[in-house]
Amino acid sequence: MKGRPDNLSPEVEMRPVVLEIEGLTHYFDSLRAVHDFSVTLKEGELVGLIGPNGAGKTTIFNLITGVYRPTAGSIRYEGAELVGLPSHEIIQMGIARTFQNIRLFANLTVLDNVLIAHHPHTGYGLLDAILRSRRFRESEKVLIERSQELLAIFGLEERQNDIASSLPYGLQRRLEIARALATQPYLLLLDEPAAGMNPGEVIELMELIHFIRDKFKLTIFLVEHQMRVVMGICEWITVMDFGEIIARGTPREIQNDPKVIEAYLGKGAVVGARAEVA
Amino acid sequence: MLQKLRSPNVYFALGSLLIFVLIQVLISMGDLNPYWQGIIFWGAAITMVSLGLNLIYGFNGQFSLGQYGFYAIGAYASADITFRWLHHDPSALVVVIVGCALALVFMGGVGVFLRRFYGVTTLAKFLFYLIATILGFYLAVRFVNPAIGPALYQMLNALPLGISQQIVFFLALVGGATLAGIVSYLFGIPVLELGSDYFGIATLGFTIIIKVLLDNTDTLLPFPEMKGARGMIGIPKWTTWPWVFFTFMAVVLVLRNILHSSTGRAILSVRENERAAELMGVDTPSNKVLAFVIGSVFAGLAGGIRAHDMAFLHPTMFGFLPSFNPLIIIVLGGLGSMTGTIITGFFWVILLEGVLRLYLPEGFETWRFVIYPLGLLVMMLLRPQGLMGKYEIPFLRRPLPPPRAHEVPQPEKVAPTAEEVTV
Repeated sequence: MKGRPDNLSPEVEMRPVVLEIEGLTHYFDSLRAVHDFSVTLKEGELVGLIGPNGAGKTTIFNLITGVYRPTAGSIRYEGAELVGLPSHEIIQMGIARTFQNIRLFANLTVLDNVLIAHHPHTGYGLLDAILRSRRFRESEKVLIERSQELLAIFGLEERQNDIASSLPYGLQRRLEIARALATQPYLLLLDEPAAGMNPGEVIELMELIHFIRDKFKLTIFLVEHQMRVVMGICEWITVMDFGEIIARGTPREIQNDPKVIEAYLGKGAVVGARAEVA
Repeated sequence: MLQKLRSPNVYFALGSLLIFVLIQVLISMGDLNPYWQGIIFWGAAITMVSLGLNLIYGFNGQFSLGQYGFYAIGAYASADITFRWLHHDPSALVVVIVGCALALVFMGGVGVFLRRFYGVTTLAKFLFYLIATILGFYLAVRFVNPAIGPALYQMLNALPLGISQQIVFFLALVGGATLAGIVSYLFGIPVLELGSDYFGIATLGFTIIIKVLLDNTDTLLPFPEMKGARGMIGIPKWTTWPWVFFTFMAVVLVLRNILHSSTGRAILSVRENERAAELMGVDTPSNKVLAFVIGSVFAGLAGGIRAHDMAFLHPTMFGFLPSFNPLIIIVLGGLGSMTGTIITGFFWVILLEGVLRLYLPEGFETWRFVIYPLGLLVMMLLRPQGLMGKYEIPFLRRPLPPPRAHEVPQPEKVAPTAEEVTV
């Protein structure tokens, strides 16, 4: 099948397709950011997308979530075409994402950050809010409880009333994931979740990602710059360089792929560099 | 039980009731002369305008200078309704009320219709809504007014004079506010897409357009009774303290309830980070338009109150320079603080038009506009976050939900950040 390595287990191949990207191409004016990118994600998979800086990884996420409109190609989510939809509708269909450079609602409380992500499914209207109807009070109570449960998973419950920007960096990263989960996604796009974390935090994060995938029955697409993270948790990996796919396969195959090593370390580095990349 | 009685809601209700009764008693006993009464009414009106702007700029982050345009629309529309009514002409009342109602219905229809298409451009959307509005008002002028106007006039006039007046005044206020809301919606659809700075310029243009139109109401527009640049006279002086008080409270309560709901959080999220809000599933364009419309409705309502207190309207009241007043008030009071806006709104009028005008030595009234900008300057140097910063009185403060119940019960203590959290 297109957009997947061909040696995955038949059990995985049987599952329904969640995200199918085909021939995705995007130009910033005349600069080619992404060229003929294809990938197919099946339910429950944890797939990595790696590549050197500027390879176009984040652009892919921006294309999926409607921040940019692709020059060519198609993005189908559970069979529905996403190209041309506004971002908020794409999110409401069940795709959530985090950001490489943290984009929290910095001056609002931790709890508010999560509550905002619940906005499309609040279950009451403006009139209910103005009149303080029973529906408003009950929905609001449910929303707050749900948000607090989510915060508890990420160890943020005690800080729910703190201002988001007052959290330490690692917790801000966690809050971003919690907030993304509050949109009730099926597909989670994580954009460099381990950026700026120390090795201990990275291990913790990897466990957390595994945990939420199982708990919320998610399909996860992960962009990462650090090889270590993707090697540890992803089932298979796509490698990009200069906007194009240069390799695809299981972590082990990728580690030993000369093209990948070349992309990361430059020409001529292939022979001596294997250990380093690993 | 006792706990419940000590809640901020009760304090707030009692406090505002006390103010209401106090001022009513002062007015009834003749201790508050019409001058000071006018200043309090004006304070309430400008505070409502500023609260609207605070929703648009302070809470939603869209820099707008158009607030006085909507203030003017509300003032002139409601004044026209009551003026014509006094001259035995119910047409303005029927056209504004029915026209707005029909326009809203048609717009709702257009909204449902457009939802079936993806990728409708802003311009197309704007044109559809514009056509819906024009159609609504055309039908009201052409068919509904001749049909029900005279009958309605007779019916309302059959009521005792006091009651029919109050009904007409109420409808005039509602009509003016709704009209301001509809205009702001039409204006907001294309213009809010521009992003904050450009939006500010565009809204400034809007204020200027309204001012020019008002200067020419008798020549360009078919409203000879508004008398263009000579100023509209003969508006009934119907604004009383209860009207001011209850409209004001309605504005404060509606704004507070919206801000403390999910819609309010969505509005805040647009200010905090529009891109992130969009990518959390918040329909940011709609939320921006919503905040803009609500803010403009408040301005329109305040316009009606002000017009029927002054009994006189002049285009210069809504010109370029005065249109900065609400902006000054919300920045002084603290962007994103309702308490700050309310305090500064009243303070501003009382200081500028009351205290300084009365107590400066004769011939020095002009110095007000030296003292006042200097005050602004000092204020911005010493307290750039505004008088109140982000502080809110407990009733207006966003509630901080307690941690979940199953946790170890802790003694009630206020988190150190509690004050800053109250956006």
